[in-house]
Amino acid sequence: MALLRITSPHTHRALGTGAVMRTVVMATLPGLAVLTYFFGLGTLHNVILASLSAMAFEAAVMALRGRPVLFYLKDCSALVTGVLLGLALPPYCPWWLVVLGSATAIILAKQLYGGMGFNPFNPAMVAYVVLLISFPLPMSQWAAPADIGGQTPGLVEALQKIWLGAPIDGYTAATPLDTVKQNTSLMLDSLYLQDPVLAAGQFAGAGWEWVNLAFLLGGAYLLYRRIFTWHAPLAMLASLSLMAILFYDGGSSTSGGSVIFHLFSGATMLGAFFIVTDPVSSAVSNRGRLIYGAAIGVLVYLIRIWGNYPDAIAFAVLLMNFAAPFIDYYTLPRTYGHKKSQRATKKADD
Amino acid sequence: MEMIKVWEIPGGVHPPENKTQSLQEPLGQIDIPPQLILPLSQHIGAPAKPVVEIGQAVLGGQVIAEADGVFSANVHAPTSGRIAAIVEHRVPHPSGMSDTCIIIDTDGEDRWVELSPWEDYASRDKSDILARIRACGIAGLGGAGFPAAVKLNPRANQTIDTLIINGTECEPYITADDILMRERADDIVAGTGILAKLLNHPARVVIGVEDNKPEAIEQLRRAAEGTEIQVVSFPTKYPSGGEKQLIQILTGREVPSGQIPATIGVVCQNVGTTAAIYRALRHGEPLVKRITTVVGESLERQRNIEVLLGTPVRYVLEQHGFDETKASRLVMGGPMMGFALPDPSVPVIKTTNCLLAPSKKELPPPEPAMACIRCGMCAEACPAELLPQQLFWYAQSEDLEKLEAHNLFDCIECGACSYVCPSHIPLVQYYRAAKGEIRQHRIDKEKSDRSRRRFEFRQERIAKEEAEKEAKRLARKQAAEEAKKKLAEQKAKQPSIVEQAKASVQAQAPDSQQQRAKLERLVASAEESLKQAQKPIDNATDEQLEKQASRIKQAELKVTEAKKKLAALSDDKPASGEAAHDPVSAAIERAKAKMTMSPEEKLRSSLESLYQRLEKAEQKVKEAEQEGSDKLDALKQGVDKLKDKIASTQSELAEITPSTVAEPTPKDPATSDDAAGAAIEKAKAKAAAMASMSAEDKLRNQLDSLGARLEKARARLAQAEQDEDENIDAFRTGVSKLEEKLSATREQLAEYE
Amino acid sequence: MLDAIAQNPIAAALVALIGLALLFGALLGFAAVRFKVEGDPIVDQIDEILPQTQCGQCGYPGCRPYAQAIANGDAINKCPPGGQTTINELADLLDVEAPTLDEEHGEESEVQTVAFIREDECIGCTKCIQACPMDAILGAAKQMHTVIADECTGCDLCVEPCPVDCIDMIPVETTIKDWKWELPATSHAQAQNLIATDLGRGQTQKTGEAA
Repeated sequence: MALLRITSPHTHRALGTGAVMRTVVMATLPGLAVLTYFFGLGTLHNVILASLSAMAFEAAVMALRGRPVLFYLKDCSALVTGVLLGLALPPYCPWWLVVLGSATAIILAKQLYGGMGFNPFNPAMVAYVVLLISFPLPMSQWAAPADIGGQTPGLVEALQKIWLGAPIDGYTAATPLDTVKQNTSLMLDSLYLQDPVLAAGQFAGAGWEWVNLAFLLGGAYLLYRRIFTWHAPLAMLASLSLMAILFYDGGSSTSGGSVIFHLFSGATMLGAFFIVTDPVSSAVSNRGRLIYGAAIGVLVYLIRIWGNYPDAIAFAVLLMNFAAPFIDYYTLPRTYGHKKSQRATKKADD
Repeated sequence: MEMIKVWEIPGGVHPPENKTQSLQEPLGQIDIPPQLILPLSQHIGAPAKPVVEIGQAVLGGQVIAEADGVFSANVHAPTSGRIAAIVEHRVPHPSGMSDTCIIIDTDGEDRWVELSPWEDYASRDKSDILARIRACGIAGLGGAGFPAAVKLNPRANQTIDTLIINGTECEPYITADDILMRERADDIVAGTGILAKLLNHPARVVIGVEDNKPEAIEQLRRAAEGTEIQVVSFPTKYPSGGEKQLIQILTGREVPSGQIPATIGVVCQNVGTTAAIYRALRHGEPLVKRITTVVGESLERQRNIEVLLGTPVRYVLEQHGFDETKASRLVMGGPMMGFALPDPSVPVIKTTNCLLAPSKKELPPPEPAMACIRCGMCAEACPAELLPQQLFWYAQSEDLEKLEAHNLFDCIECGACSYVCPSHIPLVQYYRAAKGEIRQHRIDKEKSDRSRRRFEFRQERIAKEEAEKEAKRLARKQAAEEAKKKLAEQKAKQPSIVEQAKASVQAQAPDSQQQRAKLERLVASAEESLKQAQKPIDNATDEQLEKQASRIKQAELKVTEAKKKLAALSDDKPASGEAAHDPVSAAIERAKAKMTMSPEEKLRSSLESLYQRLEKAEQKVKEAEQEGSDKLDALKQGVDKLKDKIASTQSELAEITPSTVAEPTPKDPATSDDAAGAAIEKAKAKAAAMASMSAEDKLRNQLDSLGARLEKARARLAQAEQDEDENIDAFRTGVSKLEEKLSATREQLAEYE
Repeated sequence: MLDAIAQNPIAAALVALIGLALLFGALLGFAAVRFKVEGDPIVDQIDEILPQTQCGQCGYPGCRPYAQAIANGDAINKCPPGGQTTINELADLLDVEAPTLDEEHGEESEVQTVAFIREDECIGCTKCIQACPMDAILGAAKQMHTVIADECTGCDLCVEPCPVDCIDMIPVETTIKDWKWELPATSHAQAQNLIATDLGRGQTQKTGEAA
């Protein structure tokens, strides 16, 4: 009898890394559906193209590294990166932008650091930032929601735009975050009435509020499945809210917008539940994740209000990725039988 | 009674329990196997020492190996049989290595030694109870195998306020404690009572059971009614049965890192151990069997059995319809913390709570590990609140310092992290390897420190030796230089050399004079004692006479020796005193005169006195003859002796004064100087002869003298035998020694010839 | 005076700079005295790391002399008994790149050995006793010698001088008491540590089959 000589435990929970990743992808579906509903097929196309190209790049790199390609594709980490990148990119952006983005994410931000588990930065966000800085124009053209544009572009129109660069008239509109940021003259109340996107929505702009609610739903599902802990996302949302409350002056022309506005516009929920929770590049302990999430929330608000870009999730996350090891150093949990936690380098002696 | 609050512990997992399979049947038994294999080390601590011999017949309950120190446990024969061997045999250990085992061929008769039950166990003395627990070889049956008596004897400065009996059994599949609690709740409660007594009745005595064992809880509650014991149930969660975790659940306290529960006033024992302690005290039964769960889908029959320690696992499995082809592996212990057995030839030991023979479907081989994505599920699961993902990271890179900083040694190896890891990383193995590595590192460090000290000490020693040598060399050099310098000075002072010589002679003269005086004193005292010895000879008994004679002989020897020395001294003089001219020769002359005078005179006077005594003795002999006294023989002997003596004295005198050999006439001062010179000449000649004598001759001489000595010794022995002397043994050994020496000398001589 | 300085920018700058220099100099001087660190001299720290076999394979007569040499700038990869672990620790201590072992001085041996004297062949010449840096050989002239295994570092310096070749270096065997778990067999997780240049290492392996 060939008896296996292995260490305990001999039993395993069924949930594997691949399953975790697929659950994450599933949880993005409500958000994707809402995005498609409001902004047309652009985002769906983005997601599909980004996922496929990301997996293709992953496969290529694995083949180059002489690794079993299928084994590594099965962990679905490239799929998640692709989906997140696709969701973050503006709908109807040129195809090469998407492909370039996934190449950056997979090759530059992930595989060059050693592949899954070893990347210090969130690959999708690295790609997003690289694209944003390199191609500011296509990256800042966001589609107008269906409610105000009348209708989203059809399939053919969309494909023409994406693959051939054919122009579509009047499909873009400034995002609410952009609108608020650019505004210097109007009181917020009147801005809400004047701006078509904001006016069509309930509290954070037409479409956007629903998109964020959908991502919140997906995040809640992941929390329920215990794919990640509540610490980082909730800390981020809480600190963002706190910042918004602190700096909300009742709606003057220089105001940054209300709490609700910040929570439900832009990529807040996508960021909170799908980007900030990326375990590889975040802090490791629960306490560390609280700090990590809270700092991202603060940074998001700071960049949104006083920075150069209308939305800030990517920058905030990347900045905190830098800080994650530092946070880890100071946030070792208190171990059973020890009086207090200790620094990571101190000798265990108490 | 204080109500027990149930505390929440961090982490933990809920693996499928799989506890029903083995609970379908009541507790069973299996036949005595033909052979039992009993490892000497079934517990934590020093292995026991065998006290039986191969071939020896043993009875059940007989001690076959004794505890070696406090942290050890006796091993008993589980049934009657014969010791077949004491050999290295595979033992249940993760390494799959062998250890010393006593192998018993059972005879199936199950004859036992007479046990000594204690009806009144409850009122026995504490030290008696502890001694019996120790004697019965009871070690923790929960898994670690800690000698039970040690735990129950806390240090004086540790006040135990909580006794916890661990009936948690949180591992999946295992139901050995469950069935014990169901079927023998009374034993457990009685055992708990004893432990409580041993620990001076702590404020809280708790039996903790997970809430997935309602029947066991019910039985325990029934049995514990009206006692100080509380049965507490708490939510099922792995690993709440870990000692530290259970303490946390029931007291809210944490055992400080690296210390034992007693430091926070808690003692924890397993229910199985508690029941075994009860049986040891009440019935006198040593620990020779235990309850083990036999479970897994590759078995036809899954149940709990009470099995003799030492029963080979293969035998147990065969009794339960084991299908090898179905099995994926063989685990001793549960699926979370048990270890895979290398083969089923190993025996059941004191800590074997489960034999798990799962099918390939039941516990499939582990999937290949993927990269850690730092998802943190392990940290969520860790009951010790470690960061398993970080530990893994550092274990991989063998960063031992970081591992210690991350409290690796607080890991209880429960396996919860590995269980939840979505990347299927064998985390626990990393931790075990890292712990081993760190321990090894510590040992190496200690050894290298010791090596350093030894090396440095050696260096120091060598340096010291060198320094000493160097110092000596220097001293010699200096002395040589000084001598040279003196010589140069002497040369410079050539004219006054005579004075110097004179001075040196003068310096020397008192010296030799002193020596001479000393020697003279020596001679005088020797002669005095000779005289003393001779005095009482007149009215002595035989024995006294004999003793006296020997004493005289001794004294004589001394005298001659002293004389010889004196002779040598004067002999040496001319040679040593070459530098000196007149004064020295003068001194020699004086010395010669003085020296030669006194012994001769003395000899003569002693001769005279001997003559007088001889006369007296002869007279006495005559008287005795007339009276027909029974002393006659003795007296005659005395006379003979005296005659001998006179003869020898005369010959001595002759040696000193060859001219006067013939007649012992009064001294002749005129010849005395000549005589002294002659003696000196003779001594010189003798020395020269000795020097020129060949080795062969020397040997011959030696041989002759030895022969003479032997003759004498034999005579003495014969005498002694006649007289039945006390010292006859000493004489005998003396003779035999002389004989030996003689033969050795003869051999040597033979070599020459 | 002050006015003059204030009027003259060069003078003002000079005065200010000199003043600052004096101030900070005093401060630094004070700190140097007040917060003086009584640390281990570097040689001691290096000596701590070296394995203390005193085997001399590095070319120095013992570990401490080598530690001294390292402190004076010698290479840190000359210690075969310590192997890569020691080199890494030294590199860590001295904050330099960790080189690989210099094979010139010998190869790193996986197995720990101890000297063993075949005692019936020993003629009692004491040559090995003199060679042993650890005083780990016991014996006297014309008496058979024996090795104190616990003190032997396995430096094999005693093997060479023995005129009758009765000293063996025997490997220390692992017993059940000092057995320890191995790290899991190379898994993908580990393989992924190696980047780009590790072609041909891609076979899937069953992990955990620690042989």
